[in-house]
Amino acid sequence: MAKTLFDKIWEKHVVKEIEGGPSVLYIDKHFIHEVTSPQAFKGLEKRGLRVLRPQQVVATADHNVPTLNQHLPIKDELSRLQVQQLIENCKKFDIELYGLGHPYQGIVHVIGPELGITQPGMTIVCGDSHTSTHGAFGAIAFGIGTSEVEMVFASQCLLQSKPKLMRINIEGELNKGVVSKDIILYIIAKISASGATGYFVEYAGSAIRSLSMEARMTICNMSIEMGARGGMIAPDEITFEYMRGRRFAPQGEDWNIKLQEWKTLHSDADATFDHEININAADIEPMITYGTNPGLGIAVNAAVPATDSIPDEGERKNIFKALEYMGLEAGKPLIGMPVQHVFIGSCTNSRIEDLRMVAALVKGRRKNDNVQVMIVPGSQQVSKQVIEEGLDKVFEAAGFEIRQAGCSACLGMNEDKIPAGEYCISTSNRNFEGRQGAGARTLLASPLTAAAAAITGVVTDVRELLQ
Amino acid sequence: MKSLTTIHSRFVPLPEENVDTDQIIPARFLKATTRDGFGKNLFRDWRYEQDDETKPKKDFVLNNENYSGEILVAGKNFGCGSSREHAAWALEDYGFKAVVSSFFADIFKNNALNNGVLPVTVSEDFLQKIFAGDAKATLSIDLSAQAITIDATGEQERFEINAYKKTCLLNGYDDIDYLLSIRQEIELFETSAN
Ligand code: SF4
Repeated sequence: MAKTLFDKIWEKHVVKEIEGGPSVLYIDKHFIHEVTSPQAFKGLEKRGLRVLRPQQVVATADHNVPTLNQHLPIKDELSRLQVQQLIENCKKFDIELYGLGHPYQGIVHVIGPELGITQPGMTIVCGDSHTSTHGAFGAIAFGIGTSEVEMVFASQCLLQSKPKLMRINIEGELNKGVVSKDIILYIIAKISASGATGYFVEYAGSAIRSLSMEARMTICNMSIEMGARGGMIAPDEITFEYMRGRRFAPQGEDWNIKLQEWKTLHSDADATFDHEININAADIEPMITYGTNPGLGIAVNAAVPATDSIPDEGERKNIFKALEYMGLEAGKPLIGMPVQHVFIGSCTNSRIEDLRMVAALVKGRRKNDNVQVMIVPGSQQVSKQVIEEGLDKVFEAAGFEIRQAGCSACLGMNEDKIPAGEYCISTSNRNFEGRQGAGARTLLASPLTAAAAAITGVVTDVRELLQ
Repeated sequence: MKSLTTIHSRFVPLPEENVDTDQIIPARFLKATTRDGFGKNLFRDWRYEQDDETKPKKDFVLNNENYSGEILVAGKNFGCGSSREHAAWALEDYGFKAVVSSFFADIFKNNALNNGVLPVTVSEDFLQKIFAGDAKATLSIDLSAQAITIDATGEQERFEINAYKKTCLLNGYDDIDYLLSIRQEIELFETSAN
């Protein structure tokens, strides 16, 4: 019978099926970080258990870490304790930790792929919803809660019901100034923040196949923002080329064996999905969000919807409330509106390619005086590469501030926050109320659109700067 | 986990859609290393002015003394966003035993079930009927029968729950107990997969 990419990986990992219930799914890789793991370790200790397969767990500190002076003790006491607890737990349970000061430290979804830990055909989990990122390699990767982190510690398994499957096909060529972040913001705007709940999504089509691994990761990363359990893309030559020679990728004869296996990982031609969506790449323009969930997005040069034109009452109320929080007017365009902050970072857009894209646009230009621009590489390795490639010089000349690796202003948990009432064009993934700090107003966009606003100080159609 | 069979209680209405976990428990409260005490920060930024506990926002439902109870009733797509289980811990710690909505985000639903908070999915119609009802009205939730009733009118709807999860909740088992019991099968799987 014809199988989907998801089926092929799923079937290989089912330990057993419970009648009338979920399946026991074996987990190959388990990433952990400081925020969602401490209670799981505590639970394990309370039951007198060890981590069953510590060599399949990899830890890093990312959410809570400062992005300045990482060599100094963390000032915030609670954050320091949480990071300290991770160090102790990893020691106690023999888990490899890429913590602060380690050359591999960084945002968990950036370091897994860049170290070659993330591989096609795997099942991967982490106590973090953006685990969907790893699906870009043709893996089943999804976020879990802390009780589930404890389950994987104890048994290397999870109880999971098989999700429904959706395929989103994007065919054709992308317009100038349109990058992978725009594709995913476009999809979420089209199907809404809950449009894929209950589904696992495969992205396919010529536009997806033409993307680099980093661009694919951006798309899979935001699958969760439309409610999907995860997103995935079939591995191909671009995937294999990216993986070759990475620190933990298979080497020598192992590589050849794995490669043969990976080449079978694609949906069969006649495989069927519970739902399919077709999108024409040419319809996608640079995108921006205006509301307080990632589904409230528009083309950057379009107007915010006029609320009285929305037929559904619940939807109308939502948008009304979102606009009130955002301080924006229905029916008006965003173009030309001043912003006070630009944040380039997060597990969505903090990889070297994102930063190269920004550098290429801002080279020889300077930021607007009224904007503060923060660039936060996703990992120590990305930071190193930024320097090796001389991108730091470009950013400094442009007046951008470069920080050290971490989640930073993606969520208001560490010191990097956007002040209440101010606007931030952000390359991150969530524009929820207070996400970047209490009262902060977030406009999600691509690294290009964010960089354009940094230069002009206002919401800008990046295509004007690309002429 | 405590076992859960029936809940009979007044309810707290929150007719908002897409209530995300950043609202249920903002990120700055995730620094704790234990599971306790999150209830006091439940819906923190909707509950207080300027993050100040002495300044409750009067129009927010948790500050409205007309409403109380062990059941939260919320608009569709409740619990979307971050995977933080702290959201389920905060609801549980505050005293909620069930959340009723017409649609739940996946990860939240699992997290709730793993903490003995019952997510009850009802039709949009039924949800609106609850919202339209009296502030002092009560609801009855019967897990064995998989039914929720608006007591005043007797209107009832059945809700779905996975048979395995239902047994767990009714008996107060959790998944780890089960997974530990099949340890040998897991090890066999590992050997055969390699
Ligand atoms: S960068 Fe943001 S979304 Fe990504 S893991 Fe960190 S906090 Fe979560």
